[in-house]
Amino acid sequence: MELYQGSLDIKSIFNRWLDEERESNYGAFIPFIGTIRTEDNIEALSFDIYEPILESWFNSWVDRAEKRGAKVKMAHSIGDVPVHTSSYISAVFSPKRRVALEFIDEFVEDFKANAPIWKYDVVNGKRIYAKDRSTPMSGSGILAIKEDK
Amino acid sequence: MVKIEFLGPIEQESLEIEAKSLGDVANFLQNIDSVNSWLDRCAVAINSQMCNDLSKKLNSGDVVSILPPVCGG
Repeated sequence: MELYQGSLDIKSIFNRWLDEERESNYGAFIPFIGTIRTEDNIEALSFDIYEPILESWFNSWVDRAEKRGAKVKMAHSIGDVPVHTSSYISAVFSPKRRVALEFIDEFVEDFKANAPIWKYDVVNGKRIYAKDRSTPMSGSGILAIKEDK
Repeated sequence: MVKIEFLGPIEQESLEIEAKSLGDVANFLQNIDSVNSWLDRCAVAINSQMCNDLSKKLNSGDVVSILPPVCGG
């Protein structure tokens, strides 16, 4: 897993990952790249990350990939990422296409739901939490339970 | 003492409290207005491990992290 301040240099990460696995005999390589769109006058998106839990979350997916003979890689931005640049790239390598196609779908969906990353719109230089686009993580709400005393 | 840290957009400084279980932390946070409104949408980690058991025992020095709704990518 790789974290970078600001926009990702997608092309160099993509090329390096290809080089790293050139001799690994994988038949399928499926990348997913997230790019910031112009929308609602935003200048950029901005990200906070809680690295210890992101690391353990990612490592659990590395194990799941291994069990299916595949490999998963990921890079994400921290801080401001201007529109029309990229904040996210992940990729799955597998011997055959079917595992990689299914895995990238499961991985990216769980990433959106459970990776500890917080997104903000940047408008006029101010960070505004993207509350309506955010998803409570698994197990959320436990602290709101009132205990009988 | 147990440290409670608030991640992402929750604008609350870290707190240190006496707590024997995660349930004690829940009771404490429910009485802080600025935090209480977040609780029904937040997950919890103890020492960087996700936890959803209110009876989980806490020891002095443990760090409880409060994680609001996420949106990576």
